Amino acid sequence: MKDPRFLRWSLLAVAFLFLALFVGLPIAAVFVEAFRKGTAAYFEAIRDPETIAAIKLTLLTAVISVPANLVFGVAAAWLIAKYRFPGKKALLTLIDLPFSVSPVIAGLIFVLLLGARGIFGRFLDAHDIHIIFAVPGIVLATTFITFPFVAREVLPIMQDLGSDEEEQALTLGASGWQILFRVTLPKVRWGILYGVILCNARAMGEFGAVSVVSGHIRGQTNTIPLQVEILYNEYNLSGAFAVASILTVLALLTLLGKKLIESRIRVRA
Amino acid sequence: MTAAAVPAAPAAAAPRRSNRGSLPGFGLSLGVTVTYLSLIVLIPLAGLVWKTASMDAGALTRAVFSTRALAAYRLSFGAALLAGGINVVFGLILAWVLVRYDFPGRALVDAAIDLPFALPTAVAGIALTTLYVEQGWIGRFLEPHGIKIAFAPAGIVIAMVFVGLPFVVRTVQPVLVDLDVHMEEVAATLGASRLHTLRRVILPAVMPAALTGFALAFARAVGEYGSVVFISGNMPGKTEIAPLLIITKLEQFDYPGATAIALVMLLASFVALFAINALQAKIRK
Amino acid sequence: MNSKKRLGIAAAVLLAAAGGLAATAARQAHADGEVKLLNVSYDPTRELYQDVNQAFGQQWKQKTGQTLNISQSHGGSGKQARSVIDGLEADVVTLGLAYDIDEIAEKSGRIGKDWQKRLPDNSSPYTSTIVFVVRKGNPKGIKDWEDLTKPGVAVIAPNPKTSGGARWAYLGAWGYALQKAGGSDATAKEFVRKLYKNIPVLDSGARGSTTTFGQRGIGDVLVSWENEAYLLVNELGKDKFQIVNPSVSILAEPPVAVVDKNVDKHGTRAAAEAYLKFLYTDAGQEIAIKHHYRPRSAAVAAKHAGELPKIKLFTIDKVFGGWQKAQATHFADGGTFDQIYTPGS
Repeated sequence: MKDPRFLRWSLLAVAFLFLALFVGLPIAAVFVEAFRKGTAAYFEAIRDPETIAAIKLTLLTAVISVPANLVFGVAAAWLIAKYRFPGKKALLTLIDLPFSVSPVIAGLIFVLLLGARGIFGRFLDAHDIHIIFAVPGIVLATTFITFPFVAREVLPIMQDLGSDEEEQALTLGASGWQILFRVTLPKVRWGILYGVILCNARAMGEFGAVSVVSGHIRGQTNTIPLQVEILYNEYNLSGAFAVASILTVLALLTLLGKKLIESRIRVRA
Repeated sequence: MTAAAVPAAPAAAAPRRSNRGSLPGFGLSLGVTVTYLSLIVLIPLAGLVWKTASMDAGALTRAVFSTRALAAYRLSFGAALLAGGINVVFGLILAWVLVRYDFPGRALVDAAIDLPFALPTAVAGIALTTLYVEQGWIGRFLEPHGIKIAFAPAGIVIAMVFVGLPFVVRTVQPVLVDLDVHMEEVAATLGASRLHTLRRVILPAVMPAALTGFALAFARAVGEYGSVVFISGNMPGKTEIAPLLIITKLEQFDYPGATAIALVMLLASFVALFAINALQAKIRK
Repeated sequence: MNSKKRLGIAAAVLLAAAGGLAATAARQAHADGEVKLLNVSYDPTRELYQDVNQAFGQQWKQKTGQTLNISQSHGGSGKQARSVIDGLEADVVTLGLAYDIDEIAEKSGRIGKDWQKRLPDNSSPYTSTIVFVVRKGNPKGIKDWEDLTKPGVAVIAPNPKTSGGARWAYLGAWGYALQKAGGSDATAKEFVRKLYKNIPVLDSGARGSTTTFGQRGIGDVLVSWENEAYLLVNELGKDKFQIVNPSVSILAEPPVAVVDKNVDKHGTRAAAEAYLKFLYTDAGQEIAIKHHYRPRSAAVAAKHAGELPKIKLFTIDKVFGGWQKAQATHFADGGTFDQIYTPGS
């Protein structure tokens, strides 16, 4: 059943215009502004020592929080999909919590807990452990924010695909680990991959939470987004956009990855 | 993993596990999940509650209801509601177009929808600001007509529309896909106009999904910081969003003030979260 | 790849990352003959310390062979002070006013209480003052502090609760009102109330206000550090802004100090003390005047006479009885600023 031609064209036009305005233009703006002062200036901005330090810190953060959230995500999805027990709904709500909390509040929570005047402040100071205003705080805040991503992607797939194959493996004498790695994970691997790349994109791009817990020490506790902010506030627009373009390219790659995964899922189905 | 997972006979699964499920690993997965959840989510939240309890209730109440805070809530919630509404309208259109029509560039459009999800908020923030400032790509055409977007509430709404863009589309799409086209055909053969079909058949079916998307977009927009803070102007009473007020209070080391506002926002988040879960349960039925 | 191997690799990656994290958590001050210093500074000094760090780094390397790695953190002076109290591991603090360093000494014990006497000129190697920046052509006709209270004038200044420059500006306005004919604390308070009513947004630091005024185009007049004003005009365009010097302003003395507890822990005392002393040398003073700070060295000042105008300046000691008193009266919770500032109403 097809919609009348006039309707189709109008809706398509509206859709395209809306996307062009809200998605196309901002992306274009990033790259145009990044290269406004020329290609040489662009690479100079990216090679700046502070930017390199920011890139390293962002990568370090992602390398820790993404695998951690991956392990958790698989464990939580397995738990919820394969068993019956009371309190599942509460568990699901808790897992979804970081998703609906403002990143600024996430940062505040950690400052209240681990800052010098926080609950554990004196203990940490006495043992010379620095979390807030240092790298561990950034990693912790980022892990909190990106916490639900893998679980949320893997769980529905695990639920949809059911446990028949796992039960069969069980009767054939497989151990729990064997079932997990040989049966379940391969089944949901695209969900895992998708969750991981989303988690990674968010981990690298997190701004609000990190802004609160970082010490904004240039070259040490600035991630790429924070470095973008610093450059922007110093009137260095082209530099800010140059650094921003790194993450924009990452975002575009993330979308590409997502598309590829989706086509793989469709092929399997 | 437990050693008991080697049953030779199929029905020999330990009886005490049969009311949970027969697969091994319950203990471990529960342990990992609960430990991690506690460390990353529960303990920090409990810490918030604890710290709040130790703060002066009077100071907290004053901070929650101060003129400046009230203005910030009005702005954050109001703009998020408006942005959510815009996202519902355009999200429905986008979802419809993606599911029902075939056109060149469809894959590109589908991928583009997720961009606000994948793009870092700070990048979105400076990009949007550059577009809408007085001399910006778009701003330069609007400014002569007296339309101010950057550093005005309109800019905040635009930024919130951006971050909420994917939510309605992605919740409505699966529902539209599942929607039985036959229903519409039957309605048409029975003489219903397309508009009538829309109102009576299609909209009721997608409404729960659209509402879920709205709630998700709303929750995201209310708490959004990076995308909004560059374009918003940050004037107390006028263009100061609630998350920024929290940071301002933190910078002044007014912990009770920051916590008070955070609590109000958390409350709103919880309400939104419950609404989302309830709606999603309704959809799955 | 079998399951155990996958698990093993994942564990190894995580372990390696965790190890890297642990290494950064325990701050290393020495790595291969490299000495790391953290300079926690107030907001407008980014460009100044970029040059200082480069010059001093070279000098130190020549003298001792050590490579210096100086990191900077910038923000409103009060905010920075509280960050150091809360654990930010500064080796030196170079803040906007003496009270903020006193706070660090008082609240955290990380700085000896006698810090101000350790370096010449009350530990402030350069001075500055508060001036105004207006749009080119001065359309609102701003000439002096009085004009800032006129209705319809939008003033941009930072938040006294977090910024050092903001507090100097507040006291500058108060001091102006005091020395007017018939001036008293009551009239001064009323004057400042009217002024702050004209401020649409308070940024947390001087640089934030400069951005709001200069980049976002908000406001008719910016009340800022003198050095920041010249930076704004030179960077964003002499054709867009101009500086207006008030009839009288306050002498601002931004001080510097070594954070004793931290440098002893990091083993960086020698480098940190030399770093601060460098600011007083001719080389350091030349860099200061280059960035529009008023140097202490009479010789350097004479060389650059005329670059910065002569403004009638009063001191905080003379008019307000010093910072301790001023902070308590005006900027502490419930002080005059809290009494006069009612945003959003």
